[in-house]
Amino acid sequence: MSAIIKTENLHHVYGAGTPFERMALNNVNIEIERGEFIGLIGHTGSGKSTLIQHLNGLLKPSHGRVLFNGVDIWENIKRVREIRFKVGLVFQYPEHQLFEDTVYKDIAFGPSNMGFTKSEIDERVREAAEFVGITDEQLSKSPFELSGGQKRRAAIAGVIAMRPEVLILDEPTAGLDPAGREEILSRIRGYHEKLNTTVILVTHSMEEIAKNASRIIVMEDAKVRMTGTAKDIFSHADELESMGLAVPQITQVFLRLRNMGLDVDPSVYTIDQAEREIMEVRRKYDA
Amino acid sequence: MLKDITLGQYFPGTTSIHRMDPRMKLILTTAYIVVLFVAKGILSYMLLLAWLLTTVRLSRIKISVIFRGVRPLLFIISLTALLNMLYTPGRPALEFWILTITYEGIFVAIKMVSRIIMLITGTLLLTYTTSPIVLTDGLEQLLNPLKKLRVPVHELAMMMSIALRFIPTLIEEADKIINAQKARGADFETGSIFKRAKALIPLLVPLFISAFRRADELAIAMECRCYRGGEGRTSLRQLKYSSIDLKAMLFSVIVFTAVIVLRVLGI
Ligand SMILES: Nc1ncnc2c1ncn2[C@@H]1O[C@H](COP(=O)(O)OP(=O)(O)O)[C@@H](O)[C@H]1O
Ligand SMILES: [Mg+2]
Repeated sequence: MSAIIKTENLHHVYGAGTPFERMALNNVNIEIERGEFIGLIGHTGSGKSTLIQHLNGLLKPSHGRVLFNGVDIWENIKRVREIRFKVGLVFQYPEHQLFEDTVYKDIAFGPSNMGFTKSEIDERVREAAEFVGITDEQLSKSPFELSGGQKRRAAIAGVIAMRPEVLILDEPTAGLDPAGREEILSRIRGYHEKLNTTVILVTHSMEEIAKNASRIIVMEDAKVRMTGTAKDIFSHADELESMGLAVPQITQVFLRLRNMGLDVDPSVYTIDQAEREIMEVRRKYDA
Repeated sequence: MLKDITLGQYFPGTTSIHRMDPRMKLILTTAYIVVLFVAKGILSYMLLLAWLLTTVRLSRIKISVIFRGVRPLLFIISLTALLNMLYTPGRPALEFWILTITYEGIFVAIKMVSRIIMLITGTLLLTYTTSPIVLTDGLEQLLNPLKKLRVPVHELAMMMSIALRFIPTLIEEADKIINAQKARGADFETGSIFKRAKALIPLLVPLFISAFRRADELAIAMECRCYRGGEGRTSLRQLKYSSIDLKAMLFSVIVFTAVIVLRVLGI
């Protein structure tokens, strides 16, 4: 199987030649398969946003290549705009980009830029609204009448309505309350499960990623430091901590238990796993 | 890219130009501009150019950075040059169709272009080496005597420093919104002028909304810290002239006087 997205020796330098010059990506090589749910995690300033803006051709690599389905997206400059429809990118605080007088029109902005007919646009808008849980009544409202979480979901629908092959979300839960966060995450999960779309979720919360992602990419200081499943990644808890990334609380508990001399697996990251692990350990000690 | 607009941008540093008192920088820059318009002969221009290059050199600002600041105005500069070449009467140097370029015209054009570029460079240098806050501090102090004439000096200075402070923020914000709309297929670069004007709506609406939101937040934050205008307000940083300012002043006075003398002598 060939990767849907791949980067080769990707480098990016901001403000080249000014006093503010900064290397934001340093030799990034990643490979993402079709249908994966990727968690991209890293401290603020580690280069996550810069990386994802390369994947849909908003930023041009200073050096290196970005391949979509095996083809360099910058090979033909005229086709870069098409890539943006295939790789949908939801920016951080996407509600700040709402501008139409109704939610419906705002969600329709992407599909109408793609040149679809009215009925096709209508179908896409309603489908996207359903995925994110925006009701018909809310569709005819002004975006500014919605609550914070609703606005955010409407903005996400604006990208989903383009039916991208890859959906990238930059910190979609930033600044929301726990209920709003869970709502957004479960909507994204549902979308992924239903359509089997490739999803890249950017966050700096390990808990969020542990629950959702099938594979995790860890960035630090413009570089990719680790990739692997949640289990692989959390078994390097010390390294993560030195990067300023807190492992999930339940993992921390198990790390402490192990340091206290108990024979437990420290890469546990959900309550269910924890329960099973504890029962296992009890059985061992009873025997 | 919007980021290329460097007008009003500050490049932090510790050179002697950066450390000068903002009042002295303002006075000398103003004097420089006046003298630039007084200057007439080649020698005067050379003197002022030397003054400018010395300052650029001392400030360690790269020439390429200054060029980027001048670039947005290149169109106006070229237009000025062209009009001057065409409309100055004198000996014809080049003739085609109904247009005549004169030797005098070429000379005037070169002079005008150098004058404009030197003018822009001088003022850019001021904003490149002085943080907006310090700059407004200096301006407020210099204009203080006008308070007696009931000119709201403090309020004007505060408005200016807020405007300067928010230019980079708004540019950054605009960049973000442009990218977000591009990700949804917005096209800001092609099409007729009407199509392009219409394409700006998805940028301008969110930008205005965010500017109003910021204004609101800032007003509240200022009130929370009991801001109530300039009356009885003292400054955290007291401005003091130092020996650098004295040297700069002496150097400039010599150059500027020379230019004026040359003008009086008609050289
Ligand atoms: N438009 C920009 N211009 C200049 N520097 C930038 C820009 N965007 C990001 N940077 C810098 O690049 C680095 C990586 O930023 P970013 O990709 O936003 O990281 P993250 O999303 O992981 O927080 C940071 O040091 C940031 O200051
Ligand atoms: Mg970011």
